[in-house]
Amino acid sequence: MSTVKIPPVLRQAAGGERTVEAKGANVGEVLTALCEAHPAIGKQILTSDGELHKFVNVYVNDEDARLMQWTDTPVGDDDTLLILPAMAGGQ
Amino acid sequence: MSPSYQDLIAAAREVIPEVEPADVASRVASGDGPLIIDVRETAEWDQGHLPGAVHIPRGFLESRIGGTAPDSDQEILVSCASGQRSLLSAQTLHHMGFTNVTNLAGGFARWKQNNHPVEVPRILSAAQRSRYSRHILIPEVGEEGQMKLLDSKALLIGAGGLGSPAAYYLAAAGIGTIGLVDDDEVDESNLQRQIIHTTDRVGMNKGESAKQAIAALNPEVQVNVHPFRVNRDNVLDLVSQYDVIVDGADNFPTRYLLADASLMTKTPLVHASILRFEGHASVFNPYDGPCYRCLFPEPPPPDLAPSCGEAGVLGVLCGVMGNIQATEAIKVLLGIGDTLSGRLLIYDALGMTFTELKVRRDPDCPSCGPNADLQLRDYEAWCAGVGSHDHAGVSA
Ligand SMILES: [Zn+2]
Repeated sequence: MSTVKIPPVLRQAAGGERTVEAKGANVGEVLTALCEAHPAIGKQILTSDGELHKFVNVYVNDEDARLMQWTDTPVGDDDTLLILPAMAGGQ
Repeated sequence: MSPSYQDLIAAAREVIPEVEPADVASRVASGDGPLIIDVRETAEWDQGHLPGAVHIPRGFLESRIGGTAPDSDQEILVSCASGQRSLLSAQTLHHMGFTNVTNLAGGFARWKQNNHPVEVPRILSAAQRSRYSRHILIPEVGEEGQMKLLDSKALLIGAGGLGSPAAYYLAAAGIGTIGLVDDDEVDESNLQRQIIHTTDRVGMNKGESAKQAIAALNPEVQVNVHPFRVNRDNVLDLVSQYDVIVDGADNFPTRYLLADASLMTKTPLVHASILRFEGHASVFNPYDGPCYRCLFPEPPPPDLAPSCGEAGVLGVLCGVMGNIQATEAIKVLLGIGDTLSGRLLIYDALGMTFTELKVRRDPDCPSCGPNADLQLRDYEAWCAGVGSHDHAGVSA
């Protein structure tokens, strides 16, 4: 099981959790498992075709998954996934 | 009988050749001048000296000359106010084994009379030395760094949650000019976090209110109030007047606008954003490291990007993130340390964790990539357009 860190804007969709455990051998599988367990998250980060929206950054540990093999990037049990949408707040 | 002052001078003249200012001036002008040691007191030196001269007050000559002139056969010209202290100093160097020592005839007075170029060192006033003494004590800052800060200009977008602490500390640090862009007025609901404002200034423009606070803290700081929203018509004019942008905006159109303006004017951008218990911070150096769009190519739709006004923010979080921005702005201005360029710092106040993500330059970046067609656009429409994705809105 990998750990997925949930950003503040998706916490309600994750039942208030800040981290969620999810199973999968790569980024795509882990996110699919996450969205199956928490369908409200899927509605936010996936397109109607089931693809990740371009505004969603996913990091495996501290590296951007887009710069590795994106959803095919392998993920181990000790890895942490971070879902990161941009935040605009400043005031 | 002991020798008189005149005897000492006469004896020194026997061994130390004198050089006329005109000869030194032409050699200095052609870049072929000797090492010039000015032995006057600091107060005299501060009034002006020969270009390129090194200041060693006479009382420190013996102890410091070795650090400045390691070779004893190096050509050294000694100067003072009228040519007498320097003559005796030159003789001292001669005694110490320096073989090629000359004296400036008539000293700095004759040099100046003959209208040769004079260098006036920039110095901090006594009041500035006292005010900034804790900075001056830091080797990485020192007097020179403090003078750099005093000459610096920082543009703060927003005098709100992030801008309040950032403006306060940048003003305290002696940033010479601070620009505050905010079209908003102080509201009672701001005071839980926007600490540069006060209860009795509710209703005042935020830039004006911050200007009053800064004037009370450090009247030396020039504060430019820009009481409007930054947009694509005014952004380039505005940004090009400053050395660094501190982004404390509260919406994506402004953030993407600033990111592009930072690239177009080659002005470093210090980024932070906040929500509830979480803050992001980074530094975007134009074409030297990633830009904001390398990190976030597109903004999320509005329901995934609520403002602090919609979703709330812990007041103290603003202090932490705004001061991280102030820290990074000072480092950028001084050119010291490792900034957050290439890193996104995430602060989670609830878990009290700091996480760092690597941010790399995107070779296909639509803003800073080699094939980018960078021009200011209608960011409101663009953000609304890319934001209207085909997902069902679920409130966060
Ligand atoms: Zn870029």
